[in-house]
Amino acid sequence: MIYPNYDVIVVGAGHAGCEAAASAANMGSKVLLITMNMQTIAQMSCNPAMGGIAKGQIVREIDALGGYSGIVSDKSAIQFRMLNRSKGPAMWSPRTQNDRMLFAAEWRKKLEETTNIDFWQDMANGIIVEDGRAVGVTTGMGISFRSKSVILTNGTFLNGIIHIGEKQFGGGRTGEKAATGITEQLVGLGFESGRMKTGTPARIDGRSLNYSKMEEQFGDENPDKFSYSDTPYLTKQRSCWITYTNQAVHDILQEGFEKSPMFTGRIQGLGPRYCPSIEDKINRFSDRERHQLFVEPEGWDTCEIYVNGFSSSLPEDIQYRAMRKIEGFENVKMFRPGYAIEYDYFPPTQLSSTLETKLISGLYFAGQINGTTGYEEAACQGLMAGINAHRKINDLTPVVLSRSEAYIGVLIDDLITKGTEEPYRMFTSRAEFRTLLRQDNADIRLTPLGHEIGLATEESYNRVKSKVVDIQRVMDLIANLSIDPSEVNPWLNTLATGELNQRVKAKSILLRPQVGIVDFINASATLKSAIESLQVDRLVIESAEINFKYEGYIGREQELVDKMSRLEYVKLKEGFDFSQVSSLSTEARQKLSAIRPSTLGQAARISGVTPSDISVLLVHMGR
Amino acid sequence: MQLPDRNDTICALATAPGMGAIAVIRISGANTFDIINKIFQSKSGKSKDFKAVKSHTLHFGNIIYDNKIIDEVLLSVFKNPMSYTGEDTVEISCHGSTYIQQQLLQVLQGSGSRLAEPGEFTMRAFLNGKLDLTQAEAVADLISSQHASAHTTAIQQLRGGYNSTIQALRQQLMDFASLIELELDFAEEDVEFANRDQLRALINGLLKEVKTLRNSFDTGNAMKNGIPVVIAGKPNVGKSTLLNALLNEEKAIVSEIAGTTRDVVEDQLIIDGYRFRFMDTAGIRHTTDTIEKIGVEKTYLHTEKASIALYLCDPGQSKPEEIKSELEELKTKSGNNTLSIITVVNKTDQFSEETLLPYQELPSSVFISAKNKTHLEELKSLLISESGVANKENENQLVTNARHASSLLKAETALTKVIEGMDDNLTSDFLALELKEALYQLGNITGEIYTDDLLGNIFSKFCIGK
Repeated sequence: MIYPNYDVIVVGAGHAGCEAAASAANMGSKVLLITMNMQTIAQMSCNPAMGGIAKGQIVREIDALGGYSGIVSDKSAIQFRMLNRSKGPAMWSPRTQNDRMLFAAEWRKKLEETTNIDFWQDMANGIIVEDGRAVGVTTGMGISFRSKSVILTNGTFLNGIIHIGEKQFGGGRTGEKAATGITEQLVGLGFESGRMKTGTPARIDGRSLNYSKMEEQFGDENPDKFSYSDTPYLTKQRSCWITYTNQAVHDILQEGFEKSPMFTGRIQGLGPRYCPSIEDKINRFSDRERHQLFVEPEGWDTCEIYVNGFSSSLPEDIQYRAMRKIEGFENVKMFRPGYAIEYDYFPPTQLSSTLETKLISGLYFAGQINGTTGYEEAACQGLMAGINAHRKINDLTPVVLSRSEAYIGVLIDDLITKGTEEPYRMFTSRAEFRTLLRQDNADIRLTPLGHEIGLATEESYNRVKSKVVDIQRVMDLIANLSIDPSEVNPWLNTLATGELNQRVKAKSILLRPQVGIVDFINASATLKSAIESLQVDRLVIESAEINFKYEGYIGREQELVDKMSRLEYVKLKEGFDFSQVSSLSTEARQKLSAIRPSTLGQAARISGVTPSDISVLLVHMGR
Repeated sequence: MQLPDRNDTICALATAPGMGAIAVIRISGANTFDIINKIFQSKSGKSKDFKAVKSHTLHFGNIIYDNKIIDEVLLSVFKNPMSYTGEDTVEISCHGSTYIQQQLLQVLQGSGSRLAEPGEFTMRAFLNGKLDLTQAEAVADLISSQHASAHTTAIQQLRGGYNSTIQALRQQLMDFASLIELELDFAEEDVEFANRDQLRALINGLLKEVKTLRNSFDTGNAMKNGIPVVIAGKPNVGKSTLLNALLNEEKAIVSEIAGTTRDVVEDQLIIDGYRFRFMDTAGIRHTTDTIEKIGVEKTYLHTEKASIALYLCDPGQSKPEEIKSELEELKTKSGNNTLSIITVVNKTDQFSEETLLPYQELPSSVFISAKNKTHLEELKSLLISESGVANKENENQLVTNARHASSLLKAETALTKVIEGMDDNLTSDFLALELKEALYQLGNITGEIYTDDLLGNIFSKFCIGK
């Protein structure tokens, strides 16, 4: 046999596949990464950006655990913004615009540097299943690769169909072939599959735009970055631009409605409600006179532009003509039209919390194959699938993040417990403990675990340890340092908050809602010199401020977490026959039998399962 | 959905709901003795450390709350693991009136325990290894049957209407919460955010309704304040004699059960555990001369606020027809349409049965002699039935109401914090925290869950997505 036996075979090299291959390999598994095209590893198939609200937190979590998405994003960033700065710290969300080609190149470099990863360019068209276990894959070239586990990250490629107006053709991405065979085989093995739909806007020529008619959107003045490691901060940035559709644009788009695959019913898959096509927006919200569009550069040195907000599957001439009515787009030249794509997915309730399928041992799914959308959502699933595939092979306990530990935990728990009808995207409102799941503390939350499982580096672990100590030092200092009224009263007056009439601790001033620590440090020489003497990072000072100011809320959520976690500790016996428990409601019996939750906490989150059903289960299962 | 917490301390009525000679309230959990230490005093006024007493012992004394004696009780102490649940448990044997039961449960809740969910004691017993699987399976079915009855109650409430009111409130709140979540999750989108003044008005409106609902549910509260009763009638019909007769007979119960000084309760009576408040009875108890001076207007004023009027008459003074028109006048002039009237025909010892016969046609008539204290029992049962307290308080609703009232109270607290937060310019993620709490509490009553609804609500209402 000329091909070696692998520990893990990863099918697909998108965001999920890359993280899966890297994590399993970095932990010590021998990995084969199979992709249909070596030139399209880590493509940003849709917008050239990483992070955003809730998603930025996920990138930080991946980085904290030892994944590469944060590092790659930082190295390929052309703009950084911390979104939601005006809200509470739990809402602050990092986001980068990225150079699409650089992003892919950086990922490929990272993978090539990982000696445990082999590459193979081919189409995987079947899983080798023996005794209910996945032991390899077969390919379009007729090769069989053997392995101890298989991770499928097929993205939109499984039986992908691209729609542009009345035209439709098979494809996994524009200009790339669809993948066949896998869905058919898995359905034959007893898996349930479904269709989903997503779309992407046109790419256009930046040289043809009139930017003077648009509003410039700059990056942050002091750009932060994703990775907690020593990736560089941006020293220069590229701007994005904002423009709007108008009635003339809408009128032209409407002409194409009768040829729209969305409205004529040719597309059967369900698309995401929060990422609608432009035709969907003007159809559903016909009273809106205009819709916002973001004009996003695709890189440092390219004129290619991504028109965020103009996703469409209308005929290309309609898209073209409508765009020309957009302010600043009068002379626009199109590189390629937007399109909709339909693809197969497998309802994720068929997975256990490690992302392993319940039906076939050693077979893992990650990314859009599970009905999710978004690079970040895909990447974190890949990471967790890679970790758990490696651990299972080595007889180690599974790594499952809880809902109170990470957005990744919320995401996977939602998927396997509730399933999803439309492409699943993360929102902060999906997390019941978002005050705890912040971007500033992802390393404190997760790096110790990442280190323990052999993924996060010793260096990262030490950095987190000293960060925790530093935060405490800053907090102790602020709690004990007393501030003289004369020093801060003029500044407090400008904030319209009461003057001091005696010396008080710095903490009591910081706790005033109007006061921010950065301004406080600038206003008080005493505080400034004391803090400077500690020689800590500005992010440490920020974290200390957050801990102080939101102590009450953080404490309340922590209490809820403690309550909830008691249920998470009650494990349900594997293979327990819920249908035999006559005191459960019929709906609960059906849902529990289908989803087969592994803990009582998970059972409680299944819709249709009531508190009294849980009481009944408690009684039946004991602890 | 959230489950009952297994580590906190729970309390509930252990005997059948409703009136009885005595009732037993059970409290179980890690903080049981701390709670009992706070609220129990021996008869000599000394407190006791129940952590130090032996298991399976009895203790006689008073439950004190807010410096007032709530009831004289007997405590049975069971120490972990030698109790039904396997936890530290105390069973409080108290007097059996529903009022006392409610008061004690409120005291226990106010001291660090919460009302138990149906079957929760048994669930704990199982989890602590006090029951084997066969027993547990029987219990599981019991729990589920309890749930079915709870379901029936919910349906009743739906018909009664407050479930739909809460659903409507919840929907309004959900719309508000959606606006807040929209600001948080879709800050980058081109959506118009809510006007803060409108949001404030909305929350204030909700707050008002939640308060009203909570007050209307709180039967314990109604009982605590007493059912307002006015004694009306012409001078010299024996109003003060009647009140004194009622008071004298019940005085012992008043001072013993409520445990308050006579000054406070002298115009209140507790009949079968329900408190009745006789308005301006100080005046009535004075001489007849004074009563005449009080004047008819004042009677009408009090009648307006009363639930029940005892209309006293002397067959020697008024014919039935005259009384009928006097009753009409009382109703119209007081403007109280919901007033229940009991016609109390007094001085019956002085008249023949023949004379009294026509008076039976009068609404809710009862024939007494205040002076001789005859037929006062009949009058008292009429007071109970006219007040409707006994109906309001059928067993399921009592428990449900207590839980609902507590959910409403928590919702109210959370909504108040939203307003305070808006005053302090708190960022919307923290407002959202309180909103979710309020939504959760209202959902507790209607049985709906919120997170997914919230996103659905956002997607259906707003054009989002770049």
